[in-house]
Amino acid sequence: MSAILDHGYGGRFVPETLVPALDELDSAWRRACGDPGFRAELEGLHRTYTGRPTPLYRAERLAPGRRVYLKREDLAHTGAHKINNALGQALLARRLGKRRVVAETGAGQHGVAVAAACARFGLECVVYMGAEDMRRQAANVDRMRLLGAEVRSVAIGTATLKEAISEAIRDWIASADSTHYLIGSCVGPAPYPEIVGELQAVMGWEARRQVLDAEGRLPDAVVACVGGGSNAIGLFAGFVDEAVRLVGVEAAGAATLGHGRVGILHGARSYVLSDDDGQVLDAHSISAGLDYPGVGPAHATMRDSGRAAYVTATDDDAVAAFRVLARTEGILPALESAHAVAHALRMDEEVVVVGLSGRGDKDLGLVAP
Amino acid sequence: MKRLAVYLMAGPELPSMAEAAVEGGADLVEVGFPFSDPLADGPIIREAAHRALAAGMRTAGCLAAVAATRDRVGVPLVPMTYAALLERYGYERFVGDARAAGASGIIVADLPVDAMPGLRRIQLVAPTTPSDRIALAAERTDGWLYLVMVAGVTGPRRELPDGLRDLAHRARAVTGVPLLAGFGIATPEAAAGVASLTDGVVVGSAAVRAAHRDGPRGLRSFIASLRAAMDRPAAAVGS
Repeated sequence: MSAILDHGYGGRFVPETLVPALDELDSAWRRACGDPGFRAELEGLHRTYTGRPTPLYRAERLAPGRRVYLKREDLAHTGAHKINNALGQALLARRLGKRRVVAETGAGQHGVAVAAACARFGLECVVYMGAEDMRRQAANVDRMRLLGAEVRSVAIGTATLKEAISEAIRDWIASADSTHYLIGSCVGPAPYPEIVGELQAVMGWEARRQVLDAEGRLPDAVVACVGGGSNAIGLFAGFVDEAVRLVGVEAAGAATLGHGRVGILHGARSYVLSDDDGQVLDAHSISAGLDYPGVGPAHATMRDSGRAAYVTATDDDAVAAFRVLARTEGILPALESAHAVAHALRMDEEVVVVGLSGRGDKDLGLVAP
Repeated sequence: MKRLAVYLMAGPELPSMAEAAVEGGADLVEVGFPFSDPLADGPIIREAAHRALAAGMRTAGCLAAVAATRDRVGVPLVPMTYAALLERYGYERFVGDARAAGASGIIVADLPVDAMPGLRRIQLVAPTTPSDRIALAAERTDGWLYLVMVAGVTGPRRELPDGLRDLAHRARAVTGVPLLAGFGIATPEAAAGVASLTDGVVVGSAAVRAAHRDGPRGLRSFIASLRAAMDRPAAAVGS
């Protein structure tokens, strides 16, 4: 009976009810990929609306004597890399004829990006957010509402990102005929991990060109934080086929790739923080965006093959790196991104690209001046 | 006679609850094996799952509850759960141990029709399911087909969905296996109305609520009220 198992990561572990919507999304995505008009429209939006390409900035005072570069997604519109995916999927929603969008958010950066994209395209927008995250990321709740989104509080379970994703999927099961589910990370049932990874790859391709311009060579290493993993997967995309070390940095209390095991969460097989029976455990991180017990299947594959290394940084490491970057470079990073900065400062490699995935304004309440 | 399947959450009270449901007229008991992140479930079953997990119910304990229930009732017992539990326990081992505990088939809420063809299970189809997939589900299903009446999660609904008649017709056109419909049935009228279009009904959230709120006696009388409405002559039922 071993024919039962297919061992691959990803897949579609969803109720049969959702399969037609995933099939519809998959074919719309394949058509969009083959349509030069889609790519041109997205590139135009990125140029004039997002503010791409974002700079690659050499942080000389952060890392004296080394050449550490920050990929400045904090300077993208709405303050994080999340807008890359949100705009791309909003275009997809329009091609699908869907007038309503549902999304989840953890730190609120994805929710703000989705709210902005929906405002830009005149789409109705509902964002599910854990009650605990609404409390610690209150400013982003205000931003979403000002952008016209309805923010629905999710009070069940951990009241964080995991529950928000589950609620968004439940909404979509009941509404898929009129609604697009705009997932925020490279997680979820196929084809979502692929769609999000491809839409975020713009960071990696830009960074590759930019570091070649600045250094005349590829970097020794690329470092990015990993919650669900969309920022890392996008940045890695520009370097994965090269002799460049790839390092993902998880929050120590949410080290899915570090301490998790293969399981199923949110429609996909990947590493999951889970108990002996497959029940999903709570994650803990000061940064709401990394506070997730799952991770994208592409990272599971890269972990197993050894193509990328996955390490951790603690809450304290992240807060310390936040402070150092603020004082040495005049940049307030998102606490998520501060995990990557913290690890980059521990590395020996000379030329390093660090994903500065978002800005830290949202975290001022968590880091005392 | 129309079939009446009742879903109950696994727990120490399962044998007495199942007995009450059967006394009320249940022909089959689905046993919920709780999962922490149940995508197909609405609030009532979700909360019951969280209570069961908090009380320590894990896969081995759920299987033991099935075995204990097997000693008390004669109707088929069918574990209903999510792939995450089987993934950890082992798919083959789960099927074997469920059978050994006295189960008659399994239902996995988040395995679509074309996933894991080697895992024999009761398949679910929904109003969104195209007819070719309904045919595939009917071909692969284990004894009967579960019609999910609505595009949505489990939980009581006030009105019968429009799509059920079409779904039942499309399923009947491709298969002779019994069709049992569920997701939303909470009243005798709904049970009778749905049963008039199918071979039977599955009652989940409403039964879990009755069991939790009113205990075995309340559950028995609730199930009996459904049974009575379903067994009334069809002419008396407003479908």
